Amino acid sequence: MTTRKQNARRPAGLWPARQTGDNMRELSIYIHIPFCVRKCLYCDFLSGPAFDGEMESYVNLLQREIKEQSIFYGDHRVVSIFMGGGTPSLLPAKETGRILERIRDGFSLAEDVEITIECNPGTVTSQKLKNYITYGINRLSIGLQSTEDEELARIGRIHSYRDFQQTYAMAREAGFRNINIDLMAGLPGQSLASYRKTLERVAALSPEHISAYSLILEEGTPLYVNQREYTFPDEEEDREMYELTGRYLGEAGFHRYEISNYAGEGWECRHNKVYWRRGDYVGFGLGASSMVNNVRWKNPDEHMSYTDCVEKMGDGGCDGRTFESGSAPYITRLKEKSYVEMLRRTGRCEVQILASEEQMEEFMFLGLRLTEGVDQEEFRRNFGKTVEDIYGKQIRSFLEKGLLEREGKRLRLTPRGIDVSNVVFAAFLF
Amino acid sequence: MDQSKIRNFCIVAHIDHGKSTLADRIIEQTGLLTSREMQAQILDNMELERERGITIKAQTVRIVYQAKDGNEYIFNLIDTPGHVDFNYEVSRSLAACDGAILVVDAAQGIEAQTLANVYLALDHDLDVFPVINKIDLPSADPERVKNEIEDVIGIEAQDAPLISAKNGIGIGEVLEAIVEKIPAPGGSPDNPLQALIFDSVYDSYKGVIVFCRIKEGRVRKGTKIKMMATGATAEVVEAGYFGAGQFIPCDELTAGMVGYLTASIKNVKDTAVGDTVTDVDNPCAEPLPGYKKVNSMVYCGMYPADGAKYPDLRDALEKLKLNDASLNYEPETSIALGFGFRCGFLGLLHLEIIQERLEREYNLDLVTTAPGVIYRVYKTNGEMIELTNPSNLPDPSEIDYMEEPVVSAEIMVTTEFIGPIMQLCQERRGRYISTEYIEASRALLKYDLPLNEIIYDFFDALKSRSRGYASFDYELKGYEQSKLVKLDILINHDEVDALSFIVHADSAYERGRRMCEKLKDEIPRHLFEIPIQAAVGGKIIARETVRAMRKDVLAKCYGGDITRKKKLLEKQKEGKKRMRQVGNVEIPQSAFMSVLKLDDN
Repeated sequence: MTTRKQNARRPAGLWPARQTGDNMRELSIYIHIPFCVRKCLYCDFLSGPAFDGEMESYVNLLQREIKEQSIFYGDHRVVSIFMGGGTPSLLPAKETGRILERIRDGFSLAEDVEITIECNPGTVTSQKLKNYITYGINRLSIGLQSTEDEELARIGRIHSYRDFQQTYAMAREAGFRNINIDLMAGLPGQSLASYRKTLERVAALSPEHISAYSLILEEGTPLYVNQREYTFPDEEEDREMYELTGRYLGEAGFHRYEISNYAGEGWECRHNKVYWRRGDYVGFGLGASSMVNNVRWKNPDEHMSYTDCVEKMGDGGCDGRTFESGSAPYITRLKEKSYVEMLRRTGRCEVQILASEEQMEEFMFLGLRLTEGVDQEEFRRNFGKTVEDIYGKQIRSFLEKGLLEREGKRLRLTPRGIDVSNVVFAAFLF
Repeated sequence: MDQSKIRNFCIVAHIDHGKSTLADRIIEQTGLLTSREMQAQILDNMELERERGITIKAQTVRIVYQAKDGNEYIFNLIDTPGHVDFNYEVSRSLAACDGAILVVDAAQGIEAQTLANVYLALDHDLDVFPVINKIDLPSADPERVKNEIEDVIGIEAQDAPLISAKNGIGIGEVLEAIVEKIPAPGGSPDNPLQALIFDSVYDSYKGVIVFCRIKEGRVRKGTKIKMMATGATAEVVEAGYFGAGQFIPCDELTAGMVGYLTASIKNVKDTAVGDTVTDVDNPCAEPLPGYKKVNSMVYCGMYPADGAKYPDLRDALEKLKLNDASLNYEPETSIALGFGFRCGFLGLLHLEIIQERLEREYNLDLVTTAPGVIYRVYKTNGEMIELTNPSNLPDPSEIDYMEEPVVSAEIMVTTEFIGPIMQLCQERRGRYISTEYIEASRALLKYDLPLNEIIYDFFDALKSRSRGYASFDYELKGYEQSKLVKLDILINHDEVDALSFIVHADSAYERGRRMCEKLKDEIPRHLFEIPIQAAVGGKIIARETVRAMRKDVLAKCYGGDITRKKKLLEKQKEGKKRMRQVGNVEIPQSAFMSVLKLDDN
């Protein structure tokens, strides 16, 4: 007889069956580019200005990492690639090309693979955008944040609305058929009226996708440290902006499919949804996060340790102990223990085999971010228990408080539930 | 040991007049071992111990002094706690002495505690001789202070040693005065054993270590002893005396000596301070006088922040009680806080010390309710109850009248501050008794004050209104009838038992209003609006509202870093766990202490 504890440590579904038609598993790839012209005042991501030659040597490392790691994913097919940052568009086009080339060398890509690159207005030329198309990049995510130049300057953005307009026009001209525009609500000095103006202008451009986030003051950022010097919209205004976003964009033909994401019909971001639906993804580059087969890990977030880490992948990443001779060295064939050992040996951080409780937690707090919510049937299929068995008490209480609602087999946040979603999510943690 | 060569004494002083510094100097300028004992020890080693002994201040210590008469004397310097909260402990320590050194600051002269402590020493028939300290200060005026001592206290002071403990001036004179002016202990080793417990500590290997003064008889390893008040018996495992910072075993303690006993005593309730130890086989006729069960003056509820730590809290309190007969506790339950203890203390300082020890030494996270005093509630049916927990106040219809404890307070103050201090005493419902001028510029104000007006912050207020010049001492006078009411706090319409307190009717509104304001800041926003109300006898007298939470949403989750997001959610959940659930409302633990901070700006 096994104890509860032992049970708890075992992942419920080993190798979840999210597979392509030919028995290949779906995989998404994230590439982190930690460079930017200048850090924005609200930014606490891993990025900073690059010194001479740093970009090239970073791409060299990335290439090595991709190559060393690709051998593990011979039975995976890549359905989306996302190059994020930082400002990935700062890389010279040929460096971007080298990265994607190496991915194509090592991985099998789905025919309809979605390849996104983030770009900031003013960091791309027409030629660079055309090169992107040549490399197969088919989705552009432009960081606009606001169409008001004063608001942009206040948060330390390096571009104007005009810069954005040019970049957008060039992107269309270069042939991008799938463009996302990032917006922010709750900026210092922003009013409901100025935010509405931003929405109007952006919607009028008819991008395929809009992300609209509320500004979060992250500890340690200049905006956080000097917050007393700014006037922020209050909570009430912030929620009005949120409500306006949904209503206005809805009328303009965008539907909200996640708390902060809106898309025209058929243009939801595939890569984004992989995170919320707990699909497999592997991250390359400094500090990049991965989750494959219910194991999470992160790359080191310091350049030195990351370099070390990539160097170890070459010699210690898969030694004789890890694979039986003759078998393909796929990560899916590794025993759980040697899998984790391999990750740790190469210096990856926060390596964590998700116990079934943790998988359930994630299933709920990630799935509920999507407006479609979570599928209770899927919960039962994955975990062998009904969501009622596990979370009955929480769900009943939230249904009663009007934070959750049921529709058919699905469970989702109500508009009020979205406003206070952390309260709901936290309740699903064990 | 020749009994005539023993001197048992203590040092009494007002706070900051140099008691500990003088103790340090005395230890420094004497030896820790007799010359006979010295041969058996390695000197270097003892030097080290000696250094440690100096750093371990203010403990009972046995030292050896080579006097000018050519004889070697044993000094037992017994430490006395220096705060009014610990008057009983002080009295038992004094009872273990034959004499006392009175230290008076050459600049400040006699202060309130100087008087209180010296009278206490005289009450115990101790021979007291004064020393004038800090004579090197520019403002020192030894002649004035000598006269003051003679005029106010009435003891001879003209030949008092003039010293500076800080700079080591005049210490030799003090040592000689100890030999001359403090009497050798009486008692006979041949009488039945009679020893006074004046302190004790718990040691996890030896059990209770009893600090005692042997008044009559002798005790050694194997002696079967009995604690006369508690009735506990045990066989002595070890007897010894106090080195500096260490226990040094010896064969036997005899009449006149001060030392310790261990007897594998596990039950901490058995060795109450003030109790008499005697020999089971040859008992003394009567216990030593003066033992009393110490009464707590201030009560509060103490609850473990984590309910599962209740047994840990119980064990910790039990251990602390070993050293502290004046700590009382009994289990109680609160709707808001769960299982905990109603604890009784000598005063607020005592409460704070215990609280800090529980948190530091026993690693307990505590929620403490507002401290209160013991009220007497006279019911219409003739019954009287002593109320330590406001929640237990009977229905007003059953109450005939209530009484509260009142203290006689003596406040020594320079004349320029008499006005502000009198005003403070009026605000605290004080009743003026008298003003006595010690000298032209200084007066002793006497007031009767309700104890519950001085337990929180009276001392702080006193200091700030006199720029630190006022000193203060008090003793319980008795109980007086008073117009008292119970102030209840309702959170989201539910009464929170742990937040109720007893207050004088005239200040109920003000206290209630400030309490609501404090709580409004302490209680985080919930999904719904939360009214916070103060009520007296069911009537709402103040209200604040915690607005409903509008937004708690995290937008971005970058590059699939779910772990980071989850950590944030976990932090949120963890914070929730540390809250107390009352009805639908989660109250942070700090809120329960907020009543203590009502007078902050």
